Amino acid sequence: MSQPQLNLSPAVSDEIRKTTCYMCACRCGINVHLKSGKVSYIEGNRDHPVNKGVLCAKGASGIMQVTAPSRLRAPLRRVGPRGSGAFEEISWEEALQTAVGWLKPLRETAPEKLAFFTGRDQSQSFTGWWAQAFGTPNYAAHGGFCSVNMAAGGIYTIGGAFWEFGQPDWERTKLFLMFGVAEDHDSNPIKIGLGKLKARGARVIGVNPIRSGYNAVADDWYGITPGTDGLLILSLIHCLFEAGKIDLDYLARWTNAPLLVNETEGPEKGLILKNAESQPFVIDRRTGAPAPWDGKGVQPDLGATWQGHRTVFQHMAERYLAPEYAPEAVADRCGIPAARIRGLAAELARVAFDQAIELPIAWTDFRGDAHTSMPGRPVSFHAMRGISAHSNGFQTARALHLLQIVLGTVEVPGGYRFKPPYPKPVEAHPTPHFGVVPGKALNGPHLGYVRGPEQLALNADGSAVRIDKGFTWENPFSAHGMMHMLIPNAHAGDPYRIDTMFLYMANMAWNSSMNTAKVMEMLTDKGEDGEYIIPRIIYSDAYASEMVAYADLILPDTTYLERHDCISLLDRPISEPDAAGDSIRWPVVEPDRPGHAGVRGFQSVLLDLGARLGLAPMVKEDGTPRYADYADYIVNHIRRPGVGPLIGFRGDGTQEGRGPANPDQMAAYIANGGFYQAHVPEEASFYKPWNAGYQDWAVATSFYESPQPYLFSIWSEPMRKFQLAAEGHGAIQPPDALRARLQQAMDPLPGWYPPFGDAGAEGFPVHALTQRPMDMYHSWGSQNAWLRQIRGRNFLYLPTKIWEGQGFQDGDYARVTSPNGEITVPVAHMAALNENTVWTWNAIGKRKGAWALDEGASEAKEGFLLNHLISELLPEQADGQRWSNSDPVTGQAAWFDLRVKVERVGPRDHAEPAFPAIPRVVAKGEGRA
Amino acid sequence: MTMLPGPTPKKLGLAIDLDTCVGCQACVTACKGWNDQGYGAPLSDQNPYGADPSGTFLNRVHSYEVQPADAPAQLVNFPRSCLHCESAPCVTVCPTGASYKRAEDGIVLVNEDACIGCGLCAWACPYGARELDPAAGVMKKCTLCVDRIYNDNLPEEDREPACVRTCPTNARHFGDFADPDSKVSRLAAERGGFALMPDLGTKPVNRYLPPRRKGAAEASPLAPLLDIRATGLAGWLDRVLGKI
Repeated sequence: MSQPQLNLSPAVSDEIRKTTCYMCACRCGINVHLKSGKVSYIEGNRDHPVNKGVLCAKGASGIMQVTAPSRLRAPLRRVGPRGSGAFEEISWEEALQTAVGWLKPLRETAPEKLAFFTGRDQSQSFTGWWAQAFGTPNYAAHGGFCSVNMAAGGIYTIGGAFWEFGQPDWERTKLFLMFGVAEDHDSNPIKIGLGKLKARGARVIGVNPIRSGYNAVADDWYGITPGTDGLLILSLIHCLFEAGKIDLDYLARWTNAPLLVNETEGPEKGLILKNAESQPFVIDRRTGAPAPWDGKGVQPDLGATWQGHRTVFQHMAERYLAPEYAPEAVADRCGIPAARIRGLAAELARVAFDQAIELPIAWTDFRGDAHTSMPGRPVSFHAMRGISAHSNGFQTARALHLLQIVLGTVEVPGGYRFKPPYPKPVEAHPTPHFGVVPGKALNGPHLGYVRGPEQLALNADGSAVRIDKGFTWENPFSAHGMMHMLIPNAHAGDPYRIDTMFLYMANMAWNSSMNTAKVMEMLTDKGEDGEYIIPRIIYSDAYASEMVAYADLILPDTTYLERHDCISLLDRPISEPDAAGDSIRWPVVEPDRPGHAGVRGFQSVLLDLGARLGLAPMVKEDGTPRYADYADYIVNHIRRPGVGPLIGFRGDGTQEGRGPANPDQMAAYIANGGFYQAHVPEEASFYKPWNAGYQDWAVATSFYESPQPYLFSIWSEPMRKFQLAAEGHGAIQPPDALRARLQQAMDPLPGWYPPFGDAGAEGFPVHALTQRPMDMYHSWGSQNAWLRQIRGRNFLYLPTKIWEGQGFQDGDYARVTSPNGEITVPVAHMAALNENTVWTWNAIGKRKGAWALDEGASEAKEGFLLNHLISELLPEQADGQRWSNSDPVTGQAAWFDLRVKVERVGPRDHAEPAFPAIPRVVAKGEGRA
Repeated sequence: MTMLPGPTPKKLGLAIDLDTCVGCQACVTACKGWNDQGYGAPLSDQNPYGADPSGTFLNRVHSYEVQPADAPAQLVNFPRSCLHCESAPCVTVCPTGASYKRAEDGIVLVNEDACIGCGLCAWACPYGARELDPAAGVMKKCTLCVDRIYNDNLPEEDREPACVRTCPTNARHFGDFADPDSKVSRLAAERGGFALMPDLGTKPVNRYLPPRRKGAAEASPLAPLLDIRATGLAGWLDRVLGKI
């Protein structure tokens, strides 16, 4: 019998160009294959540190993104009412002149009237630099509505958090716990890590109300009630304390547990006790006398009491041994039986203490004490938005880090490992800057880490400097700003009115806002003078998103394959525990929008705007532009002497970390596959915050200017300072209405309080959540011909108790009501779910007419958002104030505090609310390119 | 009717680990991307931006909910593609000889030049592994990336199916099930790899590695150091710190 002769070695492509993916925020390396100058196939780059060759569903669908019919094609100027979709295409020159015409007078008279917020921006060190040069205090990216609780909770406690900051020691960990991990954060590294654990049979445990994705493959699952993770964690800590299963040596050496807490009544009560040189000190077990916290050979006594002042450790014991944290006391609230909590604590203790490991690597700590090995406790954790998107998320993140600390499993083999430039304590971060002088640059970077009330961004009269009220008593540690409050505050004129809102890559008229329908009204509302209350809106996006219709001027961005970018160590880098890393994007294909004015990379446009505005760092002495484009900036910008956006190939091309600009740097990155890695020396690979070898390497590689060893802040002094203020101490005092809330939220020891959503939730017994699918990224995926075939619909998933209790059937819809609103949406049954929780996929629902989709698209007809149910404000307080629906420490949007009731309404054919179609700015997509 | 080749010296196929697959769909689009520009006609999409988009995929991932009587419900993610059966009914049913099983390695392929798009093979396949491409009018199915696995133009490490290369959790393994020492044979042996619906007599080559048993670990509860209510915090501290 004959079979066809096949060509088994066909040519794969004409050329491979290596760049960085942007189908989500993961920043994987990709090989883009080209045939006849067009993208033919995209696969993962095997050499790349993030993804090591693999690629997710989104990344492999990038070819459909670069040809998506939703791509914008030319600058647009609004010519009809805002939201009507009436635009005219204009030239780039006209667009830039228009923007300059709006922005220049603001800069000269009132720079704060420009609010510049960037969404899923991967160039925040650049966009922040631009905003600083402009002089407005109103800049942030999207962290405030994303995961600032995780980031800030980690920085304030251990000097790092998850994702960019650190990751489990996937090679050595024996027990891995995930708390509230959605299925994409961070995407491929978590999956690669899970694969490694599975391959060697290591144990994985999921703590999540929803048992899908990573939790579906977990060996055990704790279907926790939303908002109670912190309580569960503190109960685990209770069990460990009760049994004495805590790493005392670790606590004594590397944390502030042995420091003394000032017990003297007055303005310093509860602060860390200092000596005459203003240095904290410990009691040395060898002498029973005070000794420097960082003294050579000192053996800090955890149990010391000195002149009536007790150690942090004693406060911890008193707090966490209290019966309120006993499993039996928290079980009902958490939805997890007490025996299961005790079982989990036992499992943690058994692996941490009975299965400890040790690497034969000698190192020296910052005290000068030499160690012959690196002992490790092979328990590791990861957590994400499930714990952070609550109004108690900051304290919950701190509680999780405390659990890691008492198990002695941060920065040890088998535990959690920092990724350079982390570890980095609060003290090594800037404080927020907000000094505005018309015509001048801001007096420093906008965002930072507050140490005490004196650093709040307040005017002399106590009012907020920032439009989002970041860094105020309402949210003192809002390290990422509060983008979700921008539009409501600008609309309310509270704290003041702005003139121009300038947004980048943030779909604020749809899935990125709470209370979406109301936000759309705010964007189109006019005052008594007939003018828009938010007078001008400039928006940059690559695609015809819902937000485009609400802008006055559109600056069309390129797709990710058509642009330069820089994934910088000044920003959110791509490091691994064993190597600092950064990377670039470059135009592997040229932007091509035939017949139109075309698109430009947003960062290049910002540089052009900056030069036209005469912003000092963007012009030469003769007034001409300093940078030709973003690529020029990436290579030639000097942030500090010898330090630029990229650490690789500096100077003569061989210098790493520090060195002069190298005109050939971009070419060197491209030749190297689009990235660079600076490898951590072996003796510096663990114990980084205290490892002299690591500290010296970090200085050499430009992360610090001097070594920055520090102790983990179990007892947070910055938090205690805010409590003291709430108690009436100090010159800068909070409003009376906020004192009780500050007292609770700014607890210097990790604690738990019920999510604010619980107040006023009577009659709304069910928790409602969203999860991001692994195959979609926010709103970007639905325009993708392949991805929308995988997930073109979302359902509200109902647990068995609700499904059977109300007699739901396939094809049914439910009316879902919250204190803020009502939606009617398609439902489906899911048994692997906390019995009081409903959920849906994030951002599948689309506005009709957006993203070049058909108006009958399932995303636009049956797809829905929970956002309509979520208010950006909490209910009115006793004083008539409505505070933002955010964490009271960081201002993180409390998306997951949402409480609803669910009622069966039977079969329907579309979801409510159904908004009218937005007129198209690009034609509806037809066939595939 | 088309003849099967009889026992093949190699039995190339996939071992898919259901204990590890998180259902991320990476293999689905990597397969679509490679095969859209690889063997045979492109994998077309109909109304890709319309109300009811559909397209040809050679590999799809489904999620099923399992509700054990004595344990909480769980999801199992299940990738589905051609199993390259030894007794492939899709081959024997083909009226033109287009559907065939390669004699050298057992890969089941469609010779698109001979395919008349009658759809009999899709009907005969009990696994739903074949899709008729509406644009090309020919039957499409998993080729095990026959244009990758022997391709001299690819680095050796890349000579594996696109779905295997891309899988972020390493849940997909490619190899020769005729070789008992191959990685896939050993995985199947160690992990109880099973064939899908063996009673049908199709003798699939691919193996699925079943989910491992889930549930609580067998750990004895932690014993309290002492009765804190009796000794107070001071007693606890003495006891704990005495251990240093």
